[in-house]
Amino acid sequence: MSLKRRLHILKRKYRGSKMAPAFNAIHTFLFLPDETTHGGTHIKAADDLKRTMNTVIMAMIPCLIFGMFNAGYQHYAALGDIQRVSAGFLSPEFWTLDNFLIGLIKILPLVVVSYGVGLGIEFLFAIIKKHEVEEGYLVTGMLVPLIVPVDIPLWMLAVAVAFGVVIGKEVFGGTGMNILNPALTIRAFLFFAYPTWMSGDKVWVHGAVERAATPDAISGETILGSLAQNADVGYSVMDMFLGFIPGSVGETSAFLILIGGLFLIFTKIGSWRIMLSSVLGALAMGLIFNWVIEAGVVGSSSKFYGLMNTVWWHHLLIGGFAFGTVFMATDPVTASQTNKGKWIYGFLVGFISIMIRVFNPAYPEGVMLAILLMNVFAPTIDHYVVQGNVKKRMKRLKAKTA
Amino acid sequence: MSNDIRIKKGLDIKLKGAAEKTLDSAIVSNTCTIRPEDFHSVIPKLILKVGAKVKAGEPVFYDKSNENVKFVSPVSGEISEIIRGAKRRILAIKIQVDKTQTYKDHGKLDVDAATQEEVLGKLLNSGCWPFIKQRPYDVIANPDKAPKAIFVSGYASAPLAADLDFTLQGKEAELQAAVTALGKLTEGAVHISVGKNSNSPLASVSGASIHKVSGPHPSGNVGTLINKVDPINKGEIVWTVSAQDLVIIGELLLTGKFNAERVVALAGSLVEKPRYFTTKIGSEVATMIYDKGISKDANPRIISGNVLSGKEIRPDGALDYYSNVITVIPEGDDYELFGWNKPVFNKISTSRALTFSWLNSKKEYDLNTNTNGEHRAFVVTGGYEEVFPLDIYPLQILKACMYKDLDEMEALGMYEVAPEDFALTEFVCVSKQPHQKIIREGLDLMLKEIG
Repeated sequence: MSLKRRLHILKRKYRGSKMAPAFNAIHTFLFLPDETTHGGTHIKAADDLKRTMNTVIMAMIPCLIFGMFNAGYQHYAALGDIQRVSAGFLSPEFWTLDNFLIGLIKILPLVVVSYGVGLGIEFLFAIIKKHEVEEGYLVTGMLVPLIVPVDIPLWMLAVAVAFGVVIGKEVFGGTGMNILNPALTIRAFLFFAYPTWMSGDKVWVHGAVERAATPDAISGETILGSLAQNADVGYSVMDMFLGFIPGSVGETSAFLILIGGLFLIFTKIGSWRIMLSSVLGALAMGLIFNWVIEAGVVGSSSKFYGLMNTVWWHHLLIGGFAFGTVFMATDPVTASQTNKGKWIYGFLVGFISIMIRVFNPAYPEGVMLAILLMNVFAPTIDHYVVQGNVKKRMKRLKAKTA
Repeated sequence: MSNDIRIKKGLDIKLKGAAEKTLDSAIVSNTCTIRPEDFHSVIPKLILKVGAKVKAGEPVFYDKSNENVKFVSPVSGEISEIIRGAKRRILAIKIQVDKTQTYKDHGKLDVDAATQEEVLGKLLNSGCWPFIKQRPYDVIANPDKAPKAIFVSGYASAPLAADLDFTLQGKEAELQAAVTALGKLTEGAVHISVGKNSNSPLASVSGASIHKVSGPHPSGNVGTLINKVDPINKGEIVWTVSAQDLVIIGELLLTGKFNAERVVALAGSLVEKPRYFTTKIGSEVATMIYDKGISKDANPRIISGNVLSGKEIRPDGALDYYSNVITVIPEGDDYELFGWNKPVFNKISTSRALTFSWLNSKKEYDLNTNTNGEHRAFVVTGGYEEVFPLDIYPLQILKACMYKDLDEMEALGMYEVAPEDFALTEFVCVSKQPHQKIIREGLDLMLKEIG
């Protein structure tokens, strides 16, 4: 008896029972179900939600692998054990087994905890509410390890994931109903619940925390951190673009994020409207700040000087901007849902990201807060876009009756 | 008068098994089935009982809410059975067909000289009225309210649809009579769409404004035509008639006989020799589908209508009242190992997420009835708009129907739509939501609450 047949018999057995959603979730991972159309169209397009989510995950895999190498590379480089990269993207100093092992040991547990806790809660809610396990968490679970610092304690991550999934998503009704992006809710929870952990200059490089205040202390300062203190950056633009800089696990390589973004646009899964308009918004804000500096409104003594004076297009390369724009602002559930709305939403995400980045002295990363803020306003944007259509219809009626 | 309408948004679904342009006569069906569910929101009141003899064109039942709307027998014979369901609802009326057909004579009508009342009365009494539908609500038209315009689509863009240029061949006189008669029923125009490169017999009828349409499906949907020509506002009514029903109406006006004969396409990948048949409304499909059609061991889905908005019927079922195509495609009730993430070459998709239908837009596909995934909440956005040419926000109107906000449904354009307009968005829906059902239920709610 084939596996297909056996699972089919098991599915019949579980039908209607409490465990059915859990069994089906695993079953449908192996086999596309035998469901046929009833009423409505008799044929359906090939895409389903699993395929869509899977495409997003595929776009993130290069960032994850790069993040593993980078974790080790930043660690050893800070300790002074290895040389800084010298030969571009394929530098031999970077792509070593030692680097990868550090990353693997540090980051794999993050992925496991993120998926384990998150999917566990999803299964639990599916069983309680008697619906199928929805695929939304597949992407969230991959996003979360990529946007946290490498040395984050696992218990902290577990608490944050539990909070994010329950409060950020399930209380609204689950996948498709949430207002805030769950991954960013998790990130924001970490940031506000454990501020000493999530900010400062010690968490971004593996080993920096435990060595703090000892003679072996190493710096784990990110570029944004340096800029916020009006300090020298110490990294070339090429390093920033390729990603050989400290930062959250998967956010550093603008190059790989760009490739992931292009892949999402090509597959028509990610919204090019949001990505493009977000970049335009960030560039606009960057140019405004550059102009303010040039006009002499803000002098070099100001605490905003370092970030304001950053060349306008460098903002795209540093911090989590690129990652947020490509993978999180484009979340279809929490972004604007109309095409016109997407332009406005994306532009404001980019614009406000850079604004918060410059004006927030405690934690110079604006993307998270900007996207969460725009998540809240996305329905409002949509409302006005749709009202445009409604008004047009009313005008038509008036022209007719007048 | 000729106007061009070009549709950009949409999707041509190319399937295997398009009907060859050869015409066979179907074997005369032994029974004829009328199913009241074909006439949405009509509550039938029977005039005749089991055992009664009917002539073709003799009324069998009428609409409870409007006695003038009569439904006639497409054939002559004896009513053999009335099948009832729960609460004695009538599911089907079966008529044993006579060997020689006799027709009730409704009398000819000189359409050029006829008045509006004469045309209206003739159509109501002869049983041609059910062919005229109205929007809003996509139900049989209310004869008491005159429409602002009447729309006919003479271009079939749906997958495997019967080619109207072929099925209407040689029916110029009937079409002209029907169009002239319809013209008397409205103060506005009769709008007819024809394919841009077609030689439709409809293109040359007089007394109507002809629109040449081009572009992907749903360019041939009458809803698209209405939206592009003269969209419906609140309080307005338009009527729509299918092109193949114009022939029946026309023949009645010219000869006085209700001749329910119709050219029907038998299509689909499971049909050995897809072609056209001449048959009658309500005929058993078995008279057609087994003659060089489905092989014995096949697992078919038989559809009265096209694959997007037709009705599933059993092999012993009958052609429904409005369809001019029978589609037979394979059932998809089987599992597929890692079907959700492996590259897909043999299915249609509008995305490129490891689906490769974008490589070759001319390829014909053999799709089955598998849903390719499970029902989910609405997640992905932006996909519907690419296949939806109407000036309406599809996702928003669907959600408004789901949470039953009548004001919002009205404001978003519910008066303009019919379920079939949402067939393509349903086809591409990643969350596998039943769009046509949602819209139908929304329309029913509005019909009940607003009327």
